[in-house]
Amino acid sequence: MKIRTTFFLVPTLALATAVLVAQTQQPPPPTPPPQQPSEVITTITSGDGAAPRFAVPDFIALTPDAETQTIAKTIGQVLWDDLNFEREFALIPRDVYATIPAAHGMNDVPFDRWRELNADGVIIGTVQKTANGIRVEARLFNLKTQQMAWGKQYEGSGANPRSYAHTISDEVHEQQRALKGIARSRLTFDSDRDGERMTGTVEQRGVKEIYISDYDGENQRRVTATRSLNINPTWSPDARSIVYTSYRHGLPNIFISHIYQATMEELTKNAGNNWLPVFSPDGTKIAFGSTRDGVNQIYVMNRDGSNVHRLTSGPAINTTPTWSPSGTQIAFTSARTGDPAIYIIGADGLNLQRLTSDGYADRPTWSPAPFNEIAYASRTGSGLDIKVIDIATRRVTQLTFGEGTNESPAYSPNGRHIAFTSTRAGKMQVFTMSRDGKNIRQITRVGNNEQPNWSNVQK
Amino acid sequence: MRRFALFIVISAAIAVAGCHKNKPPITRPAPPPSAAPATQAARPPSPPEPVAEPTVVPPEPVRDDAIANAPLDELNRNSLLKPVFFELDSSDVNAEGQSVLNADAAILKKYPTWTVTVEGHCDERGSAEYNLALGERRAVAARAYLVSLGIAADRLRTVSYGKEFPFDPGHDEAAFAKNRRAHFVITAK
Repeated sequence: MKIRTTFFLVPTLALATAVLVAQTQQPPPPTPPPQQPSEVITTITSGDGAAPRFAVPDFIALTPDAETQTIAKTIGQVLWDDLNFEREFALIPRDVYATIPAAHGMNDVPFDRWRELNADGVIIGTVQKTANGIRVEARLFNLKTQQMAWGKQYEGSGANPRSYAHTISDEVHEQQRALKGIARSRLTFDSDRDGERMTGTVEQRGVKEIYISDYDGENQRRVTATRSLNINPTWSPDARSIVYTSYRHGLPNIFISHIYQATMEELTKNAGNNWLPVFSPDGTKIAFGSTRDGVNQIYVMNRDGSNVHRLTSGPAINTTPTWSPSGTQIAFTSARTGDPAIYIIGADGLNLQRLTSDGYADRPTWSPAPFNEIAYASRTGSGLDIKVIDIATRRVTQLTFGEGTNESPAYSPNGRHIAFTSTRAGKMQVFTMSRDGKNIRQITRVGNNEQPNWSNVQK
Repeated sequence: MRRFALFIVISAAIAVAGCHKNKPPITRPAPPPSAAPATQAARPPSPPEPVAEPTVVPPEPVRDDAIANAPLDELNRNSLLKPVFFELDSSDVNAEGQSVLNADAAILKKYPTWTVTVEGHCDERGSAEYNLALGERRAVAARAYLVSLGIAADRLRTVSYGKEFPFDPGHDEAAFAKNRRAHFVITAK
């Protein structure tokens, strides 16, 4: 694994580009924010109520070397994709930009020509090589007023230009639409892509290791190297650790990998089968399923594995917990009336209520606010499909319709997207879609990749 | 409902165990591993290949000590302990499963030093997450039945792999039926 060294940038960007497992360095210390140009706060609108139309051409390389030119092009392309992902702006396709003369800097932008494309806003950016890496400046211009609506400058490594685009996208969404963008968020999932085999009594079986990637599937990297079965990865709320189930010692137990420190802890130790860990929203607790007392029940422990207590009881399976955004409730799967169905219980173990009544249902995933819904996998025939249930009205919306089998939904941190697994393209792969089931995008392509979970954006 | 089903299974198991107390378990030597083609189930079956007629080597009579001396890997490749199969979404051991487990119990009594991991497995129609718990239930059901036949509980540990390791990678009922199982792996002897 490649090890990248320290970055000196805006703190958010440093975290977005920071590195993984094998690294032994501590994350870079927070650096003071760079000098920023004065910001003129204006919100760009289309004038007719439709989404504002934005153009995002390639960034301008201020130094003529090939590397800087490549970085400039990449940032423009990725920024276009990032902004397009949230559907808040109507992105004008890049192939019609060719008729517009390229600017050489912020001072010769042909506003009239962009306006002729019927654009409401254009993002112009520059990239310049520095002694330590690159300096990136981006400005959003309101084409009606020809004034800057937003602008910022970043300095840092040129090793991952995509992270500059992700940061710009999130900041533009925040400033223009008061929207928490997710371009700097990440996915984690398990994968058998390495084709490695287990040793010992079950040597013919393939291993699964934990992977992470950017939200768009780029920068896929391996987190574990155990040559055993590793499944159920979920992020800590600070997006710096991944808790998961590992069979590395034979029985399934819960481990946590601190991916920026290259350290790992074993949180449960061989008391039955332990799996499906999920962090509470405040990061202090982990809910999980365990058979330590016989029947599979839901338990909650502190994030260091201490103070384990049981939340559910009875003779039927209770499994697959998910926390409410406030941390006061847990939804889970229970087979207490036959087919598994989704239930909600208070984090104190009180006020149990049944949520779903449409047959076999599992993997509840509680949406972030402001949405008040739970996505889950529902058996709809020979396979499973993703559905969403509104908690207040109990109204169910089906999002996938038998294109292969569709499982393991996980919300993006702003609740507007759902990652899930599907066999629609052959093997089991990770996909993302909008919360209305549209805009399906394939994230993984090699091997089988399962049980995705979506991180918050690092602070 | 499941609970009652499980109780029925366990009561049935105890009843069977009672019978067996009166009638000692079969002490016939176990069949030689080479004569047990049904044990290949740990691997997905490979497609039939047209090959020349193989030279048949008559199986040598295997003495007990050959099994006792065989390495663990070899024991598990051609396991004397047969898997138990389950219905969709169910962890109940049916009559067929009971007869398989009766034979498995006899072998475990014959080799009292063996310790065994009972693996629970599921087919792909359930969800990955719930199948972990369901597979564990299957392993526990098989283990409970063996314990009811007098096998010491501390010789049998249970683990579920959910649907992570299908024995047959197919996507039809024939494959699913093979994948809904409790499978035995000898871990020490």
